[in-house]
Amino acid sequence: MASESSIMNNNLVEKILIYGILLFWTFICLFPIYWTATTSFKTAASVTQGLLIPWVDFEPAWKGWKNLGLSPDTIFTESNPREEFFARFFNTALISSSASALAVILGSFAAYGLSRFNYKFGFMRNPDISFFFLSQLILPPVVLALPLLVLYRELDLLDTHIGMIMIYTLTVLPIVIWIMRDQFNAVPIELEEAALVDGASVWVSFFRVVFPIVLPGIASAFILCLILCWNEYFLAALITSTDAKTMPVMVASQISSQSIKWWNMAAISLALCFPLIVVAIFLERYIVKGMAAGAIKG
Amino acid sequence: MNEIKIVERDPLYVVSQSSVNPKTIRTGKLIVWASFMLMIIIGTVQGLYTFEKINFGFSNWRPLLYAYILWAVAIGYSRVLIYGERGKRNLFVFPAVMFIISIVIFPILFGLYISFSDWNLSSIDGRKFNGLDNFYQMLADPYYWNSLKNMIYYILAVLVEFVIAFLLALLLNTQIRGRKFFRIAFLIPLMLSPVAVSWMVGKSMLEQRFGPVANFARWLGWDTPTFFSNPEIARLTMMCMDAWTFIPLMIIMLLAGLQALPKEVLEAAKVDGANKWTMFKNIIFPIMLPVSLTTLVIRIIFKLKLADIIIIVTAGGPGGATDSVTSFIVREYRDRSNVGYGTLLSFVYLVLIIIFMTILIRFVNRWLQRAA
Repeated sequence: MASESSIMNNNLVEKILIYGILLFWTFICLFPIYWTATTSFKTAASVTQGLLIPWVDFEPAWKGWKNLGLSPDTIFTESNPREEFFARFFNTALISSSASALAVILGSFAAYGLSRFNYKFGFMRNPDISFFFLSQLILPPVVLALPLLVLYRELDLLDTHIGMIMIYTLTVLPIVIWIMRDQFNAVPIELEEAALVDGASVWVSFFRVVFPIVLPGIASAFILCLILCWNEYFLAALITSTDAKTMPVMVASQISSQSIKWWNMAAISLALCFPLIVVAIFLERYIVKGMAAGAIKG
Repeated sequence: MNEIKIVERDPLYVVSQSSVNPKTIRTGKLIVWASFMLMIIIGTVQGLYTFEKINFGFSNWRPLLYAYILWAVAIGYSRVLIYGERGKRNLFVFPAVMFIISIVIFPILFGLYISFSDWNLSSIDGRKFNGLDNFYQMLADPYYWNSLKNMIYYILAVLVEFVIAFLLALLLNTQIRGRKFFRIAFLIPLMLSPVAVSWMVGKSMLEQRFGPVANFARWLGWDTPTFFSNPEIARLTMMCMDAWTFIPLMIIMLLAGLQALPKEVLEAAKVDGANKWTMFKNIIFPIMLPVSLTTLVIRIIFKLKLADIIIIVTAGGPGGATDSVTSFIVREYRDRSNVGYGTLLSFVYLVLIIIFMTILIRFVNRWLQRAA
């Protein structure tokens, strides 16, 4: 009897410990977002006192959002910061989604080819070609950055959407190939052989038979690419200046210039992160699937 | 020798009649050569125009890019014309290869060429070849070596991140309520832009007068919580911020590995009366070894690119204590806009990375083989 209750106690202690650690880490993960969200509603006085809880410690105001032109009383009026913000938002969305789409198309084709046919380009066989693609992953952006900067200047691609899309496609292409290779390897070849025996060409069988099966895999590859491109700062800071400037660059330039307006910066940082937080909440399954694909297969 | 030989039987094997007539083969070869010649002509004209040998040409090099694209398309199309069904298979891999060649191989060759020159983008003189001067300058540049040394510290920090991530993945894998909530919450730091993290955490929460972390540190008894003035503490702070962003990635990969563990083995061990620690040490950890090593390698790859938060939060300070190689090169470029020297530094970094990764992967493979 006594031993049974001690086991119960042990279990209880263990449960508390597990949930304690998990909740503690949840707090660490979410507190910065909470802090930023509340700061965007603070006035100067409540920022410098480091107050934490709205309505209890301080009275929330629309201060940060008003400067951005997104508060209830300014949303229907003309606002330059808002125009600027949405222009950057549009740039980021356009560049990252086009780059991800392009990478997914190029990467899926390449991964499919490598999983189905034996190639021989010069001395390169399939494993060499795979390695050639995946080795791009360890290439740090800084190595390409300066030559590309000079090259883009000559090609008149500096500060253009096309130039940004091309370089972003490159940075995420190896990740797509990595994920999609496993996806295609998991599709039984007999399905396509049946289609080919019926007289379809390889491309028709790819689109009719294989594509629908790997669609979830493609979705997770696309979302992962989108996240990486959306947040990319380093290359954008070098290549863009006005026309194709993305949101991270805009936010970063404000960090150095107006560090005093805490509420303003909080609002704009939150606006930068908000779309991806929504993506994380609703599409978590796909994100996890994409990352896990790399881990299991190795 | 016009045919690409099928080396072995393809995994997806199709019997296709190759009824290609010589006329289409000739057309195929013709369009490749025609577009190639067009590219050469445009390149030559533009080259002569740039060096002021002739007085007509384009305002920039972009036509050469169009010619390259045309050439690539022509090669792709000619494969189908010449090899028929077999050519269509090449089209799967071909676009990606041409894309990477244009945007990686070409810039790298170009970068090698400019790394041996004294080229200041803002000066009018343009590029001057200076041989190995940049290399000697690098050998005598204490800040570059300092940033390499910092990278070693940053990479060693990955081990600590790994321990934390493994613990959290183990906890997430137990029977708990609200696992989906925890998973999403743990994932969120990875979603945040490094720029936003730099502001939210680096500039705002670590603010020494009223930032919540500083207040907390004061409450713990640290009188003057400054996170960026002492070199060691500044580096530690940057490590923590980077860890905060990337631990989710490791958790997800490790969790995927844990969920794929063979259930029967774990059950059998439990029946044999193994306690939690021996089970972890003798069963879970050995089986997880491949996944763990993959996770570590991927995390190190991302760590080698570390730059954004450093550029924004500390700009390498104090005195270069937090510099990563990338942030140092960027500063070198921004302050002196010397493309030549910066490019050389980045190429040396690339060579070091390749050596390091080769050794690391060989080491990992050997370890896996011994374990198996």
